[in-house]
Amino acid sequence: MQLYRAHVLVCGGTGCVSSGSKKIEQALTDELAKQNIDKEVKIVETGCHGFCEMGPIVIVYPEGTFYCRVAVEDIPEIVSEHLVKGRIVQRLLFKAPVTEEQVPSYKEIAFYKKQQRVALRNCGHIDPEDIKEYIARDGYEALAKVLTGMTPNEVIEDMKKAGLRGRGGGGFSTGLKWEFASKSPGPKKYIICNADEGDPGAFMDRSVLEGDPHSVLEGMLIAAFAIGADEGYLYVRAEYPLAIKRLKVAIAQAEEMGLLGENIMGSGFSCRLHIKEGAGAFVCGEETALMASIEGSRGMPNPRPPFPAVKGLWEKPSNINNVETFANVPVIYLHGADKYASVGTEKSKGTKVFALTGKLRNTGLAEVPMGITLREIIFDIGGGIMDDKKFKAVQIGGPSGGCIPEQHLDTPVDYDSLTALGAMMGSGGLVVMDETSCMVDVAKFFLNFTQKESCGKCIPCREGTKRMLEILEKICDGNGVPEDITTLEQLGKVIKNTALCALGQSAPNPILSTLRYFRDEFEAHIYQKKCPAGVCTAMLEYKIVAENCKGCGACARVCPVGAITGEKKEAHTLDTSKCIKCGSCIEKCKFNAIVKG
Amino acid sequence: MCQCCNAAETKTKEALELEKVFNKFAGKKGALIPVLQAAQEIYGYLPAEVLKEISANLQIPLSKIYGVVTFYAQFHLKPRGRNIIRVCLGTACHVRGGAKVAEAVTKAVGIKDGETSEDLRYTFESVACLGACGLAPVMMVNDDTHGRLTPDMVAGLLEQYK
Repeated sequence: MQLYRAHVLVCGGTGCVSSGSKKIEQALTDELAKQNIDKEVKIVETGCHGFCEMGPIVIVYPEGTFYCRVAVEDIPEIVSEHLVKGRIVQRLLFKAPVTEEQVPSYKEIAFYKKQQRVALRNCGHIDPEDIKEYIARDGYEALAKVLTGMTPNEVIEDMKKAGLRGRGGGGFSTGLKWEFASKSPGPKKYIICNADEGDPGAFMDRSVLEGDPHSVLEGMLIAAFAIGADEGYLYVRAEYPLAIKRLKVAIAQAEEMGLLGENIMGSGFSCRLHIKEGAGAFVCGEETALMASIEGSRGMPNPRPPFPAVKGLWEKPSNINNVETFANVPVIYLHGADKYASVGTEKSKGTKVFALTGKLRNTGLAEVPMGITLREIIFDIGGGIMDDKKFKAVQIGGPSGGCIPEQHLDTPVDYDSLTALGAMMGSGGLVVMDETSCMVDVAKFFLNFTQKESCGKCIPCREGTKRMLEILEKICDGNGVPEDITTLEQLGKVIKNTALCALGQSAPNPILSTLRYFRDEFEAHIYQKKCPAGVCTAMLEYKIVAENCKGCGACARVCPVGAITGEKKEAHTLDTSKCIKCGSCIEKCKFNAIVKG
Repeated sequence: MCQCCNAAETKTKEALELEKVFNKFAGKKGALIPVLQAAQEIYGYLPAEVLKEISANLQIPLSKIYGVVTFYAQFHLKPRGRNIIRVCLGTACHVRGGAKVAEAVTKAVGIKDGETSEDLRYTFESVACLGACGLAPVMMVNDDTHGRLTPDMVAGLLEQYK
């Protein structure tokens, strides 16, 4: 085997690819050849490192030097300084946000320090298109252990002991789910992976599929063995082409090595896996709708019972888990259920991946032990709020979740504590909002989403979300009346109790939780006809502050309706009857001379 | 004179491709959605004639196929532009100004969300999340993801797609 003195890891996750990492990889290949060290240094295209904000990311081993926001022009310097002379290129290192200190090593960066990577253990460290790299990191060892030394019942007992709960939203016990499916009689059963990640603001499943596809396949095979399935499907969003490509490569490589297909590892156990591309419907993340979609129908949910464990895909017993859940499975059998259960809180074991987005300094993916506080996630890992603004709320759990205010930031995060706060773990999307976000607008945003994605099968969801959205639109347009708040609360409760599936039952959560914590903002919209955050345009008025205006004319040039007039080098005036409140003038003004309110 | 041979010869390239798809999925369970996806890949959209052919081949009523096609966002019954612009209006992009990017697209290419330009150069769609939230606000043109956008970057970016 060819040995290399250094490895350069270039991130090939979607985030870094869109920041230009493919060009960097090419430039690196050329430069290594040019400087004649291409036999000594190996380039590895990895999956996502999670720190998308800082992309494109390049890491040089053995030192573990972390270079961020690398450009093609930086490549000759990295090669001649670092790889030839062994001197770190200081200016490309990550700078700590507050202290401005340069941090040379991967592990020392605050974003990574508090993380504990289990589901993401290999993401960013291995070449996802080479099964040997996965195997070198103990890949498929758990499967070997299970197939050669355990009975299906023992596998299920261990899973129950580990306490893993579904990472896709509901948080149901994985061990119990497997037990139900295993107890269902019948020779034909299916194992299904839900990779229809549709929550706006969540991209952990995408990163796992792109960065470590074999961990998901291995988890699925262990589950298939436990419940007695010999066939399975991965239902992947069509919007994730790279994930689909890498899964196809992974399946082909695993089949070739006898780790997938007939008589796996000579154990007599067989299982085939297929990929199904989703066709763009959020509701297909619901398990019964997902199965209807695999069968080739409209992806509409069905009432349960019968549960999929009894009558699932093509009416056969089926077990369905999410990507992140499956990625956790091999670790449990590799290191033991007790070790896995030693991390986390009493009822929520292990770690959870959160997608940190919104008005944060460090956006990206972070995997943390359950029980960590929101404050640690947002301020220590996320680096606090952008542009030194004030924190207002964090939205957790996507369209099914809720908004949590400052006073609850020290709550330890687990499934039950979040539900008690009126939010939900959901898939782990975590969108941070600052003082410039309007909570009524955010509530409207989520409802608009669920209302559009409602499949229309049950009335509470189809009609109820529509009525709630109309009320919120009315409030944002400045036409709200006091009764609107009670109507919203009543409608919300009815939909929660009567909708057919989880999409409808959780659709009111974002509104009910904002009403609970930010009622004053609703009241300001309704009684004072004011939007405190300055977002709802109907209630805004733009003004020019004469003393700040230098008369540069930038605002007048950009105004699409000619509402701003004035002589050069003299204070301009704004005609509010013409103004369409587009905000273009504020963006252009360098002197803070235009205000809205 | 034998009509069938003649008919086979005049088949378009697309029809031959579609035949291959039918052969590939013949007798398979749950074939409808993959067949529709493949057909759309060939034709760029799903013309009524093609849907009728799929109905006959898979022995699925046209009404059911129409139901499936209109249920999923991915399927289109009208021709699409050469370049598909997808502006993300997901949560992360929403709070970082995705709506302004969408406005800039309309301004640059003169079509609104859901429309296709007359010269079939662009189709503009808004989407709920592209899963690249770390780079918000984000827009995809065909398979290229563009992140950290500001409204004034949009026109120049779109100009590159002919």
